[in-house]
Amino acid sequence: MNIYVLVKRTFDTEEKLVISGGKIQEDGAEFIINPYDEYAIEEAINVRDEHGGEVTVITMGGEDAEKQLRTALAMGADKAVLINTEDDVEEMDQFTSAYILAEYLKDKEADLILAGNVAIDGGSGQVGPRVADLLDINYVTTITSLKIDGEKVTIVRDIEGDAEELETSLPLLVTAQQGLNEPRYPSLPGIMKAKKKPLEELELDDLDIDEDDVEAKTETIEVYLPPAKAAGRILEGDISNQVTELVGLLKNEAKVI
Amino acid sequence: MSKKVLVLGETREGSLRNVSFEAVAAAKKISGGGEVVSVLIGDSVAEFGAELVNYGADRVITVEHPHLKSYTSDGYSQAMMAVIEQEQPEALVFGHTAVGKDLSPKIASKLQTGLISDVTDIEGEGDDAIYIRPIYSGKAFEKVKNKGGIDFITIRPNNIAPLEREERSGDVSSLSVDITNLRTIIQNVVRKSAEGVDLSEAKVIIAGGRGVKSADGFAPLQELADLLGGAVGASRGACDADYVDYSLQIGQTGKVVTPDLYIAAGISGAIQHLAGMSNSKVIVAINKDPEANIFKVADYGIVGDLFEVIPMLTEEFKKVM
Repeated sequence: MNIYVLVKRTFDTEEKLVISGGKIQEDGAEFIINPYDEYAIEEAINVRDEHGGEVTVITMGGEDAEKQLRTALAMGADKAVLINTEDDVEEMDQFTSAYILAEYLKDKEADLILAGNVAIDGGSGQVGPRVADLLDINYVTTITSLKIDGEKVTIVRDIEGDAEELETSLPLLVTAQQGLNEPRYPSLPGIMKAKKKPLEELELDDLDIDEDDVEAKTETIEVYLPPAKAAGRILEGDISNQVTELVGLLKNEAKVI
Repeated sequence: MSKKVLVLGETREGSLRNVSFEAVAAAKKISGGGEVVSVLIGDSVAEFGAELVNYGADRVITVEHPHLKSYTSDGYSQAMMAVIEQEQPEALVFGHTAVGKDLSPKIASKLQTGLISDVTDIEGEGDDAIYIRPIYSGKAFEKVKNKGGIDFITIRPNNIAPLEREERSGDVSSLSVDITNLRTIIQNVVRKSAEGVDLSEAKVIIAGGRGVKSADGFAPLQELADLLGGAVGASRGACDADYVDYSLQIGQTGKVVTPDLYIAAGISGAIQHLAGMSNSKVIVAINKDPEANIFKVADYGIVGDLFEVIPMLTEEFKKVM
């Protein structure tokens, strides 16, 4: 089976955000594989181990993203592709990302493409379904279970807490939700092996993409931190008095009940 | 310039979702005085049209077909694209719901437009509309505008106030669309979420963490939630410990919620949990540990045992409601 995983390099969830010059400062910050993409990588490896084939992880961005691709290779992916957009694309949005990924994938005859259901930085959740639409293949988002039997695919997906059971077929793009699996940590032998696995680097020219074709459709005009919250009030005194006071505050001061 | 705006209306368990009214209000703003047209898709949805008009839609178009009983991206996109072709809108507003999140990128791709997802506020009107959305799990916000073509947004439930309901009149018409080649067959939906109030749209959430100690420990939280017409949520810790189903998890993985009142009971306040709830309007923390991180985001805090405090709160609320 020909399996591809779309991976994004994101800020570590524990990082504190600093904004200067209207942009989020990345210097010195820790980066990770987007946590939802880890579920996608793990699932891809499991599908390959059961059905055979090859797992290729793809990301876009600068050379820094090589580190996350090596991690995915150390988990067990077979090949990695970095589409280096650093020099060619100034502003990207989801239209841009999906277009580039689809141009790369269009002649790969992928049986299964996996991605995280959302990236924890931009949080749009668009790129997976957009890529599927451009490739004219079906997609299923926020999946928590995937079973493949020949061409037939049985899926459970999370829809706002409820579990939807459905049937579809390959080729297919799915996006991973928490609960799909427990992503493995790269083992030491895995890390050693990953160093020798192929990592291909491409630029837009290699994909015959003109910069004008991928011009972003939307524009971020400002990035800012939420206003600092005033320190809350820790109530004091006897618990029953605190409870009475709290209900009074919620009713009369906060006016939420 | 005024814009014609199409709004996707959604129903759940036999009634319109609140987010559909909020989407109409958002559309009004974007329209800058233009026409707001709600779209309802399903196997039997015409009866809901009039209520969308009462909430401000100028017109409603329904697309009904047996194949649209359950949501599929193929079915709904065929229906939506047919309406778009007929109406030629200048903007689109969907809810940032399971359906909206799944469908909107496909429509945006077909229209070759941008899509600004998970919008929590709108500045300006008409052509000058600027959209505000949380990024980095609510740790920052960005202002985004469309560079041309159709403005397409999804709105996060509970953030944009619906218009006042009034008896209004407006046309409810149906469009007949041939729905074919569905590549996904829905077999079953297993209800795991609690009956009644949907967590993402709840105005009040009572959330429990590891401090709740057991599945039974959630009973007093549920009782308080029921009294306030709210929903029960949980931290990842409580879900990992199997006290409640993962469908109730609030946080970076899990649901992002913005209720009017969020009561966190026995939740320490890990950064991943805060990502899911820190934009709630009023936060109350109840925790035995005065050093717990949750107190840093709380508007009001009680240092104490939740099993003592929550039942007392329930009794106290009963007195004033």
